[in-house]
Amino acid sequence: MINGNFKTNYEDEIKIFQTTFVKFWLVILFVGLIIFPLVADRYFIYLCNLCGIAIIGALGLNILTGYTGQISLGHAGFLAIGGYTSAILSTKLGIPFWLAMPLSGIMAAMAGMIVAIPSLRLKGLYIAITTFAFGFIVDHLIIHWESMTNGPSGITAPRPSLGVFVFDSDKSYYFIIIVMVILATGFARNLFRSRVGRALIAIRDRDIAAEIIGINLTKYKIQAFSISSFYAGIAGSLMAHYFDVITFENFTLMLSIQYLAMIIVGGVGSILGSIYGAIFITLLPELIRLLTDLFRQEYPSLTTRFADLKSVTFGLIIIIFLIFGPKGLYGVWRDIKVYWKNWPFTY
Amino acid sequence: MNESIQTFLQLMLSGMSIGGVYAMVALGFVLIYKATGVFNFAQGELMMVGAYFSFYLITQYHLHFFQAFLLALIISAFLGIVVEFLILKPMVGEPIFSVVMITVGLAVMLKGTVSLVWGHDVHQFPSPFISSPLSLGGVTIFRSSFWTIVATFALVVIFILFFRVSKVGIAMRAVANDQRAAQIIGISIRKIFSISWAIAAVVATIGGFFFVNIFFVTPDISYIGMKAFPAAVLGGMDSVPGAIIGGLIIGIIENLAGGYLDKLLGGGIKEISSFVVLILILMIKPYGLFGKEEITRV
Repeated sequence: MINGNFKTNYEDEIKIFQTTFVKFWLVILFVGLIIFPLVADRYFIYLCNLCGIAIIGALGLNILTGYTGQISLGHAGFLAIGGYTSAILSTKLGIPFWLAMPLSGIMAAMAGMIVAIPSLRLKGLYIAITTFAFGFIVDHLIIHWESMTNGPSGITAPRPSLGVFVFDSDKSYYFIIIVMVILATGFARNLFRSRVGRALIAIRDRDIAAEIIGINLTKYKIQAFSISSFYAGIAGSLMAHYFDVITFENFTLMLSIQYLAMIIVGGVGSILGSIYGAIFITLLPELIRLLTDLFRQEYPSLTTRFADLKSVTFGLIIIIFLIFGPKGLYGVWRDIKVYWKNWPFTY
Repeated sequence: MNESIQTFLQLMLSGMSIGGVYAMVALGFVLIYKATGVFNFAQGELMMVGAYFSFYLITQYHLHFFQAFLLALIISAFLGIVVEFLILKPMVGEPIFSVVMITVGLAVMLKGTVSLVWGHDVHQFPSPFISSPLSLGGVTIFRSSFWTIVATFALVVIFILFFRVSKVGIAMRAVANDQRAAQIIGISIRKIFSISWAIAAVVATIGGFFFVNIFFVTPDISYIGMKAFPAAVLGGMDSVPGAIIGGLIIGIIENLAGGYLDKLLGGGIKEISSFVVLILILMIKPYGLFGKEEITRV
């Protein structure tokens, strides 16, 4: 009798769906995702869409920061490039969403390659500073390149349409986002079963050792940056067409920090972790909003201070997770699972 | 005097005064980085908190500005020690990503807390300096700016002496050089870490105090911390004189770019010039002007 998930060959180990149990629950999840918009009300679908966009962005950041070990403080810059490319292409040139979205991904990926160039010489902290500066420069370009970006007033991108059908409701947009999330997750999961993915992990663990065993650091670092920013570009494009208007305020340093918080909370270097973290961090402000509404009578000033409460909570959560749970929600979940699997024995 | 030269000198001088503030904040980065190996993304926020301390001690408790200044320095030194104890101590030995991110978390939290407690209002700082500008050979400068430059140079001298002469300073240098060797000769690394954070917070507060004299008191002044990155990187991340010179150069570059390039290329050049410089330095000379090059041996 096999009472555990034991692997007897390498093919087993890199399987995407490790057990029938996992397959079964994935099917349930999939059916649930299809049924969800039919039963849920508009507000929940809206939240779900935000989560979906965040998942794509967080996956991108985790590929770069979690798996390749290059700290990025400029993720919002790539999202901004994606969002603005998509919005400008569809408003100024009338390019349909279905073409504008991949193009915005490619545009962001090209920006990612440019940012990767200084990172080839630099390590750790210096990359954090470079990407930080990049995010800033993008933000200022958006504000001051008025002929292209409309400056501080922002751009309204049209909702995507297919023939006569316009995806103008939250419900219909939900399906676009869900498809993109599934594609993004599937690609990321597969990436780390491939040569490229393993090379990236090797670079994270010890770049010199990786170079010695024949991994071309230049090539793979540029690849990591471009894949990551492609994801960010797609997420930005989805944001641009979903929100009524996008302005530079959507893409400040706070957004980069929010994405970093997602992967820290979810689990650095974990696909499932990016998803948990994205959902957690996206829903957290809503939870704070609910709480402030509850205490509105006692402390009426709380509602006006919502943004400050939000940043205090984000800061606290980052600190708490880094000190007490560096493996993130994914690690916590795995520990609990292992505990119950072996219960009543410790191991 | 030729008018264009006068404009140039004017821009240089005001660049130097803002650069002095950058230098003081950058000095805090360098002190912490040198001694503990942590790059503190919350340095600008420490500066902002320090500025708020002195502002509220003056307006709320009606202290004389000098008393308020000293008291603010003591409080912020204490804050630095508390931060080091609560947040940085558990992170010893963790990967660089976690250490960097915890200071980012700290930055977000500090700024949020200050805005939550004291609000977003923009206040005028009750400046102790006379508001009439000083005239130096055809170039005018505000007294507050003038004293900022003086204070910057005073700090350089103080810190060079501190690291050369005082026992704590020499111990800090020893820790920066080789932690294990320092421990063997009886230096308490833990103590040095808290002292570095305390000093960094104090220097940040001095910077904050001078900056609000030039500018206003608002939570957003923490953005000065971001401008101090380029300064610290330009000077070399582990060099004290480098931080000061880097800060002054960044301030001057920013002002010159604002004065000359803004008209040619449209607005916003002033704000991003320092970041463009930052990326260029990292591409060409990543260890800055005076930084020590790290060599990894396999």
